[in-house]
Amino acid sequence: MSLSVHIRKKLGEFQLQIDFEHPQGIIGLLGASGCGKSMTLKCIAGIVKPDEGRIMLNGRVLFDSDKGINIKPQERHVGYLFQNYALFPNMTVEQNILCGLCKEKNRQLKKQKMEDALGVMELTGQRKLYPHQLSGGQQQRTALARMLVSEPELLLLDEPFSALDSYLREVLQTQVRAILGKYGKDVLMVSHSRDEVYYICGQVAVMNRGKILNIGKTKELFADPGSRTAAVLTGCKNVADAEKTGEYEVFVPDWGISLKTKERVKDNLCAVGLRAHYFNPKTKDNQFPVIYSDERDDPFETRLLFRYTSQREGTPDIWWRLPKDRRPADMPEQLGIAPSNVLLLYPE
Amino acid sequence: MDWYPLYNSLRIAFFSCIIVFFTGIFAAYYVARLPRAIKGILDVIFTLPMVLPPTVCGYFLLILLGPKRPLGIFLAQFGIQFAMTWYGGIVASAVVAFPLMYRTARGAFESFDVNLAYSGQTLGLSNTYIFWRIRMPACRQGILAGTVLAFARALGEYGATSMLIGYVPGRTATISTTVYQLWRTNEETEAFKWVLINLVISTIILLTVNMLERKNRKAGGL
Repeated sequence: MSLSVHIRKKLGEFQLQIDFEHPQGIIGLLGASGCGKSMTLKCIAGIVKPDEGRIMLNGRVLFDSDKGINIKPQERHVGYLFQNYALFPNMTVEQNILCGLCKEKNRQLKKQKMEDALGVMELTGQRKLYPHQLSGGQQQRTALARMLVSEPELLLLDEPFSALDSYLREVLQTQVRAILGKYGKDVLMVSHSRDEVYYICGQVAVMNRGKILNIGKTKELFADPGSRTAAVLTGCKNVADAEKTGEYEVFVPDWGISLKTKERVKDNLCAVGLRAHYFNPKTKDNQFPVIYSDERDDPFETRLLFRYTSQREGTPDIWWRLPKDRRPADMPEQLGIAPSNVLLLYPE
Repeated sequence: MDWYPLYNSLRIAFFSCIIVFFTGIFAAYYVARLPRAIKGILDVIFTLPMVLPPTVCGYFLLILLGPKRPLGIFLAQFGIQFAMTWYGGIVASAVVAFPLMYRTARGAFESFDVNLAYSGQTLGLSNTYIFWRIRMPACRQGILAGTVLAFARALGEYGATSMLIGYVPGRTATISTTVYQLWRTNEETEAFKWVLINLVISTIILLTVNMLERKNRKAGGL
């Protein structure tokens, strides 16, 4: 089981240049909108033709510009879940699912598979309804059912939760994760939400401007994003240029401070990141005087904006996020951050 | 009363509507996928009959299909003559009604969510199936509207028809040419009867469209 993608595609000024191998499991493509995530999925599904390169799935060539191979989407055995689900509006839930079974010639088996899918997806009561009569969750389950009954070797999910409101999103993330786990298929999921990727994907690839910057195990990549874009995409709020001043020390000109690090600093260091949750007045390391500039009150969290006293004019404020009940009555005059929480960022 | 003009008008409108239905849809479907420059040129050509006075269309048709023109002479060898025959009316009406079908169908195709076609492809559905069972139903309101407009236009066609097939009672007479002829010869009461018939037909068409649309909405769909 493996997916191998090496493709180039030029779209006006935009250059898509994707190279990655995915042995198995669920991988997330994390990137800002317009970075080429959906285009990558479309190339793999065969909807868009890359200019050059090669796409292999489980040993089968799906696309090879050198050999002039471009398998039709109908024959790629790749399922695609669209952001808006793309359910056929003129067909009922049953008819939609039957479309996924169009290759099954045995009538009895066809019916059986449809009934199974309706059962698993809890759509038995909605079988005769049209897509516009379904809730967002039911629409998504119908689209999933339709895709899964066609027994694809690889599932492509394009921002599967972005069309839902935040409550439903969390419910459905749980459901979809369970369904994907049950089917055990290889999955490539595109998302701009770090929470979604962190929860669902074992692997993650960070994309920026048509290229994959980093690829690795999700937890490791979140712990050590490695590049500026990856740091921002994994939710790091405070990033600034930095230079190496010692084996375990960096200087941040914008903030006017030197930070101790746990990792050995490499020579080509270009920036550091400090996650907003990791500041602590009790931490003795990297402790510097601060001035508070603003506070934002969220339902369960407090976000404090502060500046180091040595910080340069015109640079963005620094974020500190903490649970509401841990917000001190008297604001500490100094904040520290553990050396292990200083993210070292290198050129992309 | 001689009912021939009604019969003739209906059959001309019916056949030209069928021709326009298919040609209009396929022109719309293929033009939408062409490169921009060619698209622009074809779009102008296909829409021209709507903007030109129908008599000018009739003039072009006579130049093309007239009995002394090369194409007319060629067709005559097979016993086909479009000038001064009832089926010539089909050609005249079809040419004039074509842009209505083409433009409404194109508008419908352009607003079609291409992801529906793509997801059909990834599910393994053939392109023919996707076209007839997904794209067409999704665009059915536009296509239905275009068909009805084309039918109504073909039924009421006067200019190009009178140029190409003239007015021969019992042979090429249609409702619209009959009304004109009767008025010209001072048979006002007779003319008024045909006007009434025309009003009834138009009302029935419009009511049918409204009913179809309501039925569609009830059946689910969009």
